[in-house]
Parts: sequence; C-alpha cells; structure tokens
Amino acid sequence: MSFTNRLKETSKSYLSKLFGRGPVKPGEAYGAPGVGNSMGISIFTSIALIFLWWLITNMGWIKPLFLPSPEAVIAKFVDIWGEEFSGATLWGHIKASLFRVFGAFFLACITAIPIGIAMGVNRIFRGIFDPPIEFYRPIPPLGYLPLTIIWLGIEDTQKITLIFLAVFAPMALSARAGVRSVTIEQIQMAYSSGATRAQVIWHVILKGAMPEILTGMRIGIGFGWTTLVAAEMVAAEAGIGHMVLSAAEFLVTDVVIMGIIVIGAIAYTFDLFMRFVERKVVPWKGKM
Amino acid sequence: MSKLDLKNVTVIYPPPTKDTEEVHALENIDLTIEGNDFVVALGASGCGKTTLLNVMAGFIQPSGGEVLLDANPIKGPGADRGVVFQQHALLPWLNVIDNASFGLMLQKKNPAERKKIVSKYLKLVGLDEFLNHFPYQLSGGMQQRVGLARALSSDPAIMLMDEPLGALDALTREVMQELVLDIWNETKKMVFFITHSVDEAIFVATRLIVMSPRPGRIIKSYNLDFNLRFFKNRDARQVKSLPEFLAVRQEVLDIIHGDEIRIDQG
Repeated sequence: MSFTNRLKETSKSYLSKLFGRGPVKPGEAYGAPGVGNSMGISIFTSIALIFLWWLITNMGWIKPLFLPSPEAVIAKFVDIWGEEFSGATLWGHIKASLFRVFGAFFLACITAIPIGIAMGVNRIFRGIFDPPIEFYRPIPPLGYLPLTIIWLGIEDTQKITLIFLAVFAPMALSARAGVRSVTIEQIQMAYSSGATRAQVIWHVILKGAMPEILTGMRIGIGFGWTTLVAAEMVAAEAGIGHMVLSAAEFLVTDVVIMGIIVIGAIAYTFDLFMRFVERKVVPWKGKM
Repeated sequence: MSKLDLKNVTVIYPPPTKDTEEVHALENIDLTIEGNDFVVALGASGCGKTTLLNVMAGFIQPSGGEVLLDANPIKGPGADRGVVFQQHALLPWLNVIDNASFGLMLQKKNPAERKKIVSKYLKLVGLDEFLNHFPYQLSGGMQQRVGLARALSSDPAIMLMDEPLGALDALTREVMQELVLDIWNETKKMVFFITHSVDEAIFVATRLIVMSPRPGRIIKSYNLDFNLRFFKNRDARQVKSLPEFLAVRQEVLDIIHGDEIRIDQG
C-alpha cells in the first residue's frame, strides 16, 4: 500500500471516529435522562475549581484576609499539625471531633436501628415512638442546644447528646422504612416455609431492611457532621468546629478554610467507605 | 395419599370504606383435592381465586366453614403446603441454593443435608448449574424455577401456585407449563394452581374450576386429561389444538363472558 493510500486510510478512520458510526452513546437515545458515566466531568470540575481558587488568589483579585491562597492553606495545615492552635494541635482537634461524631453515631446505631425496626414490626412501639421523633425531628439542633446545656452542662456528654439527637431521627425512620420495603410475598413465603414470627423478623425483615438501614446511616452521619460545629460552639476546648470558630474570631481565614476542608474530607472519606460497605453488604440494592 | 378438604368455606372481608358493604370474597366453597389432583382455578379478577389459595395456605382464616388437610384443621401457614407466588418472593441476599433450602434452614438442618435434599429439586427444575447465582442475576423464568424448588424442598403435601407464570413472557410461559407438569408427574403431589389464561388452565388441569365474582363461588367444574395426553407425545401445541381442547376452551370462555351461547342447540 502506497504512502498516500495509507494516509487516506488513516485520515478516513480518524474522520469516521469523529463523525462516523460508533457505539450508541448513553444519554443520546430517547432513554432515561442523565445516564452515563460522570467521573471524568467530576474530576475536571474539581481541578477547575482549585485552579480558579489558585488563580484568583495569586492574581491578587481577592485579599488573603478574605480568601487565602491554596498554598497558604496547605502551609497552615502543615504548621498546626504539630503546633497548637486554640488549645490543641490539628490532630488533637480532629481527635476530639471524631470522638464526638462517631461516639454519637455509634450510640445512634445501637438505639435508632432497633427502635426503627421495632416501630416497623410492632404497632405499639410505633405508637409510642412516632410522636416524639416526628415532633423533634424538624427542629434545628441549634434550637434545642441551649436546653441540652441547661440539662447536661458543657462537657462532652452534652455535645455527644446534641449530635446523637441529630443522627437518631433519620436513622430510626430509615430503619422503619426498611421494614416496610420487605414485600408481603417474601413474608408469606417465609411463613409458608414454616417460619415462626421471630424467624420472619430475623431472617427476612431485618435483612430486607439492610439497604435502607445503610442509607439511613449515611444520612445520619451527614447530619452528625452538620451538627458538630453547633455542638462545639459553646465552651469547647478542642474540636474542628471549635478551631474554625475561634479562628474566625481572630480573622485567621486560612485556618477557617483549612478546617472546613478537613471536615469535608473526613465526611467524604467516610461516605466513600459506607458506599463500599453497601456494595459488599447489599449488592442487590437497586437491582431487585 | 394426602387430601385437602374445604367444607362450606366462606370469607367475608370488612367494608373497604365507610359507605360500602362488606365483601363476600368466597361463599360456600366445597372443594376436595386428593391423590394426584391438579386443580386449576380460573376466573376474572376479583372472583376470589387468590383468597381461596390464601385460605388453603393458612394466610387467612375463613369466616365460616372449615379447611382440613388430612383431617386436621388448618390453623396457619406451614411447610406442609408449598406456596409459589406470582412475584418470585425470593430473598435477594441468598444465592439459589440457599433460597431453595430456606425452609430446611429454618428447620435447623445442617448445610450438607440441606444441599443434598435441595440439589434434587434444583436439578428437577433445571437449575443445577446456577447454584451460586443470586436472584438478581437470573431471568424471570429462572427466578420462578427457584421458587418452585423452594416450595418443593420441604416435601409438602400440596403445591399452591398463585399465578406462578403470570409475570413471564409467552414463550417462557409455555416452557414453564411443561416444567410444572413434569414436576407434578415426577413428585405425584397435589397441585392447586391459579391462572388467568384459559389455554393454560385447560392444558395443565386434571380438574378445572371456573369461578365467578361477587360473591366468589365455583360455577362450573371440569374433569380434564389434556396434560396426560401431553405426556404421551410431548407436543403441547398439538394437544392445545385438539378439537376437544378447543371445544372446552370455547365453553369456558362463554361461561366467563357470562353469555353461554349454545351454538349446538340440538
């Protein structure tokens, strides 16, 4: 084959790749809107945002007092990793916050999930727990924060209680909804296979509710992080929320931004972990 | 030989809304299923077929009359009556073999024993190569096969099938009709089978009961043997186009449509 021919071939295949026939692209057919992989776009967006941040700050368009540069934030991160800021090192702050959030999360797991299940399978439990949960659920934690201080003081007990309350309601309601998601056929199948009521609850309802329980855990821990800063607003000696708030008082903006990023990063990492757990524990989710 | 006896069974549901009357889902049903009977209930929606099956399964207690299995009154659901549902009712976290042996697991049989018992039935339904698959990895027909194996695994006296093939496509449905017949022939169990399809009903039944709604009752009963003819030549299409088959089909359709047009008035 001559060189020109080969050139023609190559350019033809290149052109056909651009304009010609190829596999059907998701989202181009008249199907469900929004299908297709979005990973590349997400990575691009993240990089673009960081670049924009870098550009704005390095060009001096915004003063560092309002928005410090990415480099300054990273430098601050390294700085107070070992050095104390507002009563503790960065790791000390993180530890204090992790203890509060995960302490509350753990307590909520061992109470909210059983109570939610009980509400789903027993009308008496539902009758008892429905009014209090539905009543306090829409109240913002800041609303009952003063009351928790009056009752429990300003130690960790109060902070964990506040976060616990924020996590508890969505988790209990998810577990309850999980019970409802089990089909009547699955329950009748178990009974006609000779199951007792206890066996139906243990072998069918509890496991059938798992997808919703895990979703509830993800939503719950999200509420936990949201409530953390509120919980650490009053009289905390350490904690990321406390660190951010006291940094804000002295206009140390780089610490404020760094703290926000640390909270976001921890929460996001944990959510990725929970998604991994979901794929392992309930691989059938969304498929049946 | 087992025997399931329904004597004068009546089921009344409470009024669905304030201003309506209570619903007579079943009225004075007398039905005996015994030996190797393959009883099919056919009728329009709301004629009480599923209520009848639920009474046999023990999911609901009749308002009147009695249901006896081998002379013992049925007090609730139990493993002596295997139920196959329209929607497969499998547990998505269990693989094929664990789903099929769910009842045996409840009876605290050890895994080796369970596997031994259930392998036989999974082979019977043609799933012996899919033991470790999960329900969401199977097609609708295969999911229903798992349901059949599960119902069989506790060796029940009777198989209760509530439109087991209703959710399948037409081609799979024909294959599954033959499978259900083969299982019945192989295991010699009594079967109570609900369907909407007149052809299916006449093809698989040894006894066909046609039901009518409001109140749900049996208005006609046929003794048939088309399934036995199928075993002779294994040609379902040929059986379904026999003149006798078509005659029964026509009559049943006429009954269901409420206008028994007797073409042959001689």
